[in-house]
Amino acid sequence: MTFSADSVSLELGENTVLSSVSLKFSPGLVHVVVGPNGAGKSSLLKLFSGDCAPSSGNIKLDLQSLCDHDQSTTAQRIAVLPQQSQLNFPFSVYEVVALGRYPHNTGKIKDDEVVAAVLSAVGGLHLQDRLYTSLSGGEQQRIHLARVLAQVWLPSPQGSRYLLLDEPTAALDLAHQHLILKLAVDMAKQGLGVLSVLHDLNLAAQYADVITLLSEGRVVAQGVPSQVLSVENIQSVYGVNVEIIPHPSQSRFLIISE
Amino acid sequence: MRRAMRPDTFLVLLALLLFASMFLSLVTGVIAVSFEDAFQAFTSTFSDNTALNHSQQQAIVVSIRLPRILLAVFVGAGMAVCGAAMQGLFKNGLADPALIGVSGGASLGASVAILLSSTILASSSFSNGIFENALSQFDEAHYILAHKYLVSSMAFLGGLGATAMVYRLGASSSGMSVATMLLAGIAITALAGAFSNLCTYLADDIALRRMSIWRMGSMSSADWPDLMVAGSFIGFVLVVMPRFGRVLNALLLGESEARHLGFNVSAVKWQLIALTALAMGAAVSSAGVIGFVGLVVPHIVRMIIGPDHRYLIPGSMLLGATLLVLADLGARTFLAPEELPVGIITAIIGAPFFITLLLKQRRLLNI
Repeated sequence: MTFSADSVSLELGENTVLSSVSLKFSPGLVHVVVGPNGAGKSSLLKLFSGDCAPSSGNIKLDLQSLCDHDQSTTAQRIAVLPQQSQLNFPFSVYEVVALGRYPHNTGKIKDDEVVAAVLSAVGGLHLQDRLYTSLSGGEQQRIHLARVLAQVWLPSPQGSRYLLLDEPTAALDLAHQHLILKLAVDMAKQGLGVLSVLHDLNLAAQYADVITLLSEGRVVAQGVPSQVLSVENIQSVYGVNVEIIPHPSQSRFLIISE
Repeated sequence: MRRAMRPDTFLVLLALLLFASMFLSLVTGVIAVSFEDAFQAFTSTFSDNTALNHSQQQAIVVSIRLPRILLAVFVGAGMAVCGAAMQGLFKNGLADPALIGVSGGASLGASVAILLSSTILASSSFSNGIFENALSQFDEAHYILAHKYLVSSMAFLGGLGATAMVYRLGASSSGMSVATMLLAGIAITALAGAFSNLCTYLADDIALRRMSIWRMGSMSSADWPDLMVAGSFIGFVLVVMPRFGRVLNALLLGESEARHLGFNVSAVKWQLIALTALAMGAAVSSAGVIGFVGLVVPHIVRMIIGPDHRYLIPGSMLLGATLLVLADLGARTFLAPEELPVGIITAIIGAPFFITLLLKQRRLLNI
């Protein structure tokens, strides 16, 4: 029961976006992908979400190639949060979140329960009756997270559930950044596999079980945060000198740029 | 929720409104028809009682007004529902079903047909000299029918052909790009317009007048055969389109998002284009170019019950049908006994409405 990339490469025209990247992401863990702009993080997520097929290599879901799975059943257990949404029609917040229930035929009563649960999980229950178009950017992003959560909130008979997040914290304030990542950890505890692209290395260090550091389409390092986010790795990939110090009160570390 | 009305209440209201406007249109006109006559005309038609005791009023109701009203219902409903579908597909509330080139292609087809038939008539009357009186009348009636069907079938084929070209330009190996298709639609429409103008330039006075009247849109020549053809194409689309409610909602999020929700987006895209071409082609070929119904009606419905396509689609059908029935009633009563092309009326009402929408949208976007 895994969701993995087996030495996948992706070529778009002349450009090699990803070259033989392998990544296994398992139910119950939060897997974070970090790397500089243009490293291929979003492209990797696109491969996992089935938006594009790898030029070589294979994306495998439960030992079977992702393209061989039926789209409507994978939608019952794989949910994808995009970086930005194009939605500009005046749906109510409730209606947007309820879109996440489309892959399931659980009926309106069950769907309403799920919508209420996910909205309170992202701290957006009070927004339920507002028009989506009247919300701030951060609120909209949280509503989309709620929609995506609604899609995989309940266990699926199809197998393990997976959550793919493309920079989920980008538009959020400090409190909501932590709220969302805590939520990702909670979901992983319930047995979901979570794959998230993040830019903030400290957030990644704090919430990830496994980190993959990408640079120029290749995996530079993969493993637990303390191994991957070393001074040397960060220096070589980002070209920034950092210091790594222990957190004053918690058993984790902080990355400080010089 | 600050929406004007519950969707189901609104749909019931729209249905009542449609029936009321159809009835009003049935009994109003140059020749007044009483309620009893209209009712009797119905009962005698549908109970298959011999047509012997049909009064003149009943004949007007059954063979002239009824097919015309029903054609308006189908054309209005079809154009509006295609507008809703295209606005959803293009994720733009200002999209028009004509964007996929279907109206431009249909216009060209109709222009070519009118030009051809006037040329053929001219050459045949030259070569045959003077017709014998009876024969000429017989031929005249046949000619009018043949002309009508030539025009509508060429318009239909022109519409489908133009859409096929637009689709071909927008599609690539990686699937159909909606943005490319939009541009292709503009280009093909312009090209079809240029050739239509060429037809106009080559046409004689009678053909010229026919072309320009055709382009203004009218249902004055509607008869039962027209209705059967247009009604079966458009009717099919009206029956199938509600199935696309959910996927159109998902498409408003974006194409990848809709795919992540389990929809087969590439199949849905070509199906929506094909259905729109079919309904618009049938509508335009039987009634000419009637603007603004497809653009404005989904907007009005969206303002009242919100953008959920599961209600927007049936709501647009009902409101589109109602508005076109009323516009056609206006077309044949404002200057009675003269007829106005109904396209003029929909444009006079629709264009200012569209401008207010633009202004509102501009304010919202702060441009």
